[in-house]
Amino acid sequence: MVNEVCLRTLDLERPWLMEQYQSRGGYEVLKQVLSEKRAPEDIIEEVKKSGLRGRGGAGFPTGLKWSFISRNAPGQKYVVCNSDEGEPGTFKDRDILRYNPHQLIEGMILAGYAIGATRGYNYIRGEFWEPYERFEQALQEAREAGFLGDNLLGSGFDFELHTHLGGGAYICGEETALLESIEGKKGQPRYKPPFPAHFGLYGRPTIINNTESLASIPMILEKGGEWFADIGVKNSGGSKLFSISGNINNPGVFEIPMGTPFSELLEMAGGMKDGRKIKAVIPGGSSAPVIPGEQMMDLNMDYDSIAGAGSMLGSGAVIVLDDTNCMVKTLERMSYFYHEESCGQCTPCREGTGWLYRVVHRIETGQGRQEDLDLLDDVADKISGKTICALGDAAALPVQGMLRHYRDEFQYHIDHKRCMVGAG
Amino acid sequence: MTVTVKDKTELFSPQICAEIDRWIAKYPAEWKQSAVMGALMIVQDDNGGWLTTELMDRVADYLDMPPIAVYEVATFYSMYELKPVGKHKICVCTNVSCMTNKSDLIVEHLEKKLGISFGEVTEDGRFSMKEVECLGACGGAPMMQIGKQYYENLTPEIVDAILEGLE
Repeated sequence: MVNEVCLRTLDLERPWLMEQYQSRGGYEVLKQVLSEKRAPEDIIEEVKKSGLRGRGGAGFPTGLKWSFISRNAPGQKYVVCNSDEGEPGTFKDRDILRYNPHQLIEGMILAGYAIGATRGYNYIRGEFWEPYERFEQALQEAREAGFLGDNLLGSGFDFELHTHLGGGAYICGEETALLESIEGKKGQPRYKPPFPAHFGLYGRPTIINNTESLASIPMILEKGGEWFADIGVKNSGGSKLFSISGNINNPGVFEIPMGTPFSELLEMAGGMKDGRKIKAVIPGGSSAPVIPGEQMMDLNMDYDSIAGAGSMLGSGAVIVLDDTNCMVKTLERMSYFYHEESCGQCTPCREGTGWLYRVVHRIETGQGRQEDLDLLDDVADKISGKTICALGDAAALPVQGMLRHYRDEFQYHIDHKRCMVGAG
Repeated sequence: MTVTVKDKTELFSPQICAEIDRWIAKYPAEWKQSAVMGALMIVQDDNGGWLTTELMDRVADYLDMPPIAVYEVATFYSMYELKPVGKHKICVCTNVSCMTNKSDLIVEHLEKKLGISFGEVTEDGRFSMKEVECLGACGGAPMMQIGKQYYENLTPEIVDAILEGLE
């Protein structure tokens, strides 16, 4: 069960073309839904049944999210796709946009039909020029084929879809910051509630889903929610795209069933480079707390298994580190990232991420003080849960994870003013 | 204060106006402001890769926005440049996946070869270097972006070949 959902056209030549997508049955389910005038409630029910959970990182059940929209409320509603892929280690949505853009388009149209929205935006990060062009080309093809525009295939349902390009801000992957960004503003997250389902883009009811989530919809509706759920395991329906990188032989994107043992994923990715020993794994993007390599070898790639080890599956971005990596240096780089990307709106995050970076930096450069480890714990604790959005938590979690598992390495840096790892 | 412009088409060349109008058309009529990110990118590309205050003011006039709202956007997002950059802006990722695949060697090599560091421009104006956060291509680490193009699985030799192939 590899490449069964979002990457189902990957083996074809130029898989991004409409004719290739259609050769695998693409747009058939949309035609069927429109011609049979399938009940929107029925579609939402099927998505609920699939067990699909938000693939951007938060893991919120997609069907449930859709059901929060009052479908029959008058006025404009929106479907927004979050292709602002920026969680360090994540590079899967890029492949969906490059290799299977039509499936995302079909998924977005179906989402619009289900919630009663006639307009959609796909927010693609500004650096993704090649994926943007692929997606734009696919939009053009879809428009020409009558899958976008007014009165789709004579069904009476209208749907128009546009791309919005980002400008290089990690925070815009946060759904309300993303909405602000489409509105032409700084990407600073909004207070919730109100949630986007009630007050979203331009103040209208909006659903925002990740690229992979929306691209999964056509297959869920074609083969049924149960089919999708059964690919995975309990609480983690379906297959999932894992972006695996780091010190491995064959990094890349693998679409495999939820619940696949990590050891199998590592094998698919060619195993450890130069036959080195696995030291640590960041299992779900850089915000996910680190897990020691040995422990990781016994875990499965699903929400519950990873959560049980004190981390999270997040976006499915797996960073594998071998024994030449210094954990202090690794955390220093991660903390720099969150400091750099904090939007500056909430004091605990704006100031706290700077504290985290500076303290880890001085430990890394041999200036660490004995009280610094407690200070890091304290600062992380003072950020967690005290900010409008999750970026603060995302900055605090890796610090807490590193100190939980590699405190001795930090201590060594403080005591000896150098690294215990040769490469550090 | 926004200067009242009688004819907006005088703000930019016809081609730039047409490109900005394509972005405006994507959004509801009363939300012209949504086109500000697209407009700034178009104007920046047309100006050798960076934005002047005057250009931002023109974008403000074109989209009926207060200039401060345009400055806010231009200063918030990292892809807008408010100082001159090289003809080729070399953006090198140094985040974890690239770092553990020796992005520091790529940075060192570029620094030596070009005689500049992050945030600087070569004297002839051909190259500038910028440190960037994860660009979402970690499978090809270490990687960099020049202009709109991604370059992956870099080695110093590959970097040499890429730079030689640029105009």
